[in-house]
Amino acid sequence: MTVCRVMGIETEYGISAPGDPSANPMFLSGLVITTYARAHGLLIGRGGWDYTTEAPLRDARGWEVGRAYADPSQLTDIEDPTLANVILTNGARFYVDHAHPEYSGPEVTNPRDAIVWDRAGDEIMRRAAALLNPDPTRPTLALYKNTTDGKGASYRTHENYLMRRDVDFARIVRGLTPFFVARQAICGAGRVGLGQDSRSPGFQISQRADFFEAEVGLETTIKRPIINTRDEPHATPDTYRRLHVIVGDANQSDVTTLLKVGTTALVLTLIEAGACPAGLDLADPVGAMHEISHDPTLRTTVALRDGRRLTALDLLWAYFEAAAAYLSGPGAADVAREASPGATAEVMRRWESVLTRLGTDPMTCAREVDWVAKLQVLEGLRSRDGLPWGEARLSAIDIQWTDLRPDKSVFQRLRRRGMIEDLVDDAAVESAVTTPPEDTRAWFRGECIRRFPQSVVSASWDSLVFDIPGRQALQRLPLPEPLRGTRAHVGALLDASPDIASLLRDLVLEAD
Amino acid sequence: MASQEQSRPQRREADPDLPDAPLPPPAAPQVSAADLDSVLDEIDEVLESNAEEFVRSFVQKGGQ
Repeated sequence: MTVCRVMGIETEYGISAPGDPSANPMFLSGLVITTYARAHGLLIGRGGWDYTTEAPLRDARGWEVGRAYADPSQLTDIEDPTLANVILTNGARFYVDHAHPEYSGPEVTNPRDAIVWDRAGDEIMRRAAALLNPDPTRPTLALYKNTTDGKGASYRTHENYLMRRDVDFARIVRGLTPFFVARQAICGAGRVGLGQDSRSPGFQISQRADFFEAEVGLETTIKRPIINTRDEPHATPDTYRRLHVIVGDANQSDVTTLLKVGTTALVLTLIEAGACPAGLDLADPVGAMHEISHDPTLRTTVALRDGRRLTALDLLWAYFEAAAAYLSGPGAADVAREASPGATAEVMRRWESVLTRLGTDPMTCAREVDWVAKLQVLEGLRSRDGLPWGEARLSAIDIQWTDLRPDKSVFQRLRRRGMIEDLVDDAAVESAVTTPPEDTRAWFRGECIRRFPQSVVSASWDSLVFDIPGRQALQRLPLPEPLRGTRAHVGALLDASPDIASLLRDLVLEAD
Repeated sequence: MASQEQSRPQRREADPDLPDAPLPPPAAPQVSAADLDSVLDEIDEVLESNAEEFVRSFVQKGGQ
């Protein structure tokens, strides 16, 4: 494989009520979801999530945690009627999770599409909040695309990648751990404050790094592990696993997102092919992750088990070299016929360019890498006004950097001035707000919601449940193969189906 | 000290030919000092007026 593989990004947004710090964030989050859904004629009450195939306590290492021993926040498969849950016409899941509004983007097949449908999520959230803020001068609610409040709470942006099931999980852990420790150097979002609760003043590369306390584990809300073992493939379990990546930050710049998912997809390809660089095992991965994050000069070295000490950039160069060797050798045929021509070359070119410049002067990456863009502004302000890192204005910029309101967002101010490089245009994002990717099952899911909104009573990543007029029983349609249900696969069938009953009849006939 | 020995992975300068991959783009234009000053002025205007209170009241519940 190449950078092209089934992937998706899910984000819990920060939420606050200006002027009312006591407002209940679960209630507010529910308002965001339900208000948007009602305004767009989407089902909330009857609709819901089909939890049949969810297994949040199944561990990729081969066992299942007893429910009684699980932290309540791990029980993500219990339907709570007070929580809103909506499936959007773009194939995404839009719901309340752990007191945050969440957008789980649809399955896409390449890094550029990951950017497009991730930014579509920001736009959907922004529009939902705008509906609740009819008077922008007296806002009742604000949303932020960050992953910590700087006071000890962290929430997610997760990535998901479809992998081959037959790859030994221990090999995945060994191949990915050094990469995930170092990856923040090219895709951190930047953060003011050191430590989970910002107890020491300073700037660090990643918003999430300080919240990681374990190397491998099932948890996502406590004792967060660098490698998450949740084994919930949302696809044919004998063929696939879904790698659930929890170490990432919420990113805003297109290039940063491209690097994040593109380089990760390549490293997974190396692992599957047995071409991962060897000998990079770290002596203390968790400590190394914190140390790297705390040094924006990128000169910090971390200890390997073999006694060597390498910087984050050294580690990333080792993965880059291995990827270059693989792609010009055994992987060349895959590159030549990849579904999105040029996608792999683009990621490799960007990866090499950013690594080279981060190694000489990180500030030359300010238009591309989120944490560098933020640091440049903060250092500018510090030097202009002589501010120490503990100054509240710097923390305020850190928060306001990710405000989804364009007039409040510091990031958007930079972007509008051309200080941030875009890779996808606003028109593509606008289209993705309502339209699913055409080349995964998200297309079938989204189109069914758009065409038959009253008939889809619930859905999950790998199923749709229909209420067919005149039929007593609900009909559940499994979608275990992420690359079926594409426009090429079922587009003509959908176009030819006047109603849901005939669509399902024709699908069954086709399957026979 | 043996543990400090630097055995760094290969850089690509010596072997820059990944087939079909165009050469890396020239370094992106850096932001000029004047641009930075100007955006800092804009940020002054957009920043919440009571930064201390704004930061203090930004409290979130933990998530995944």
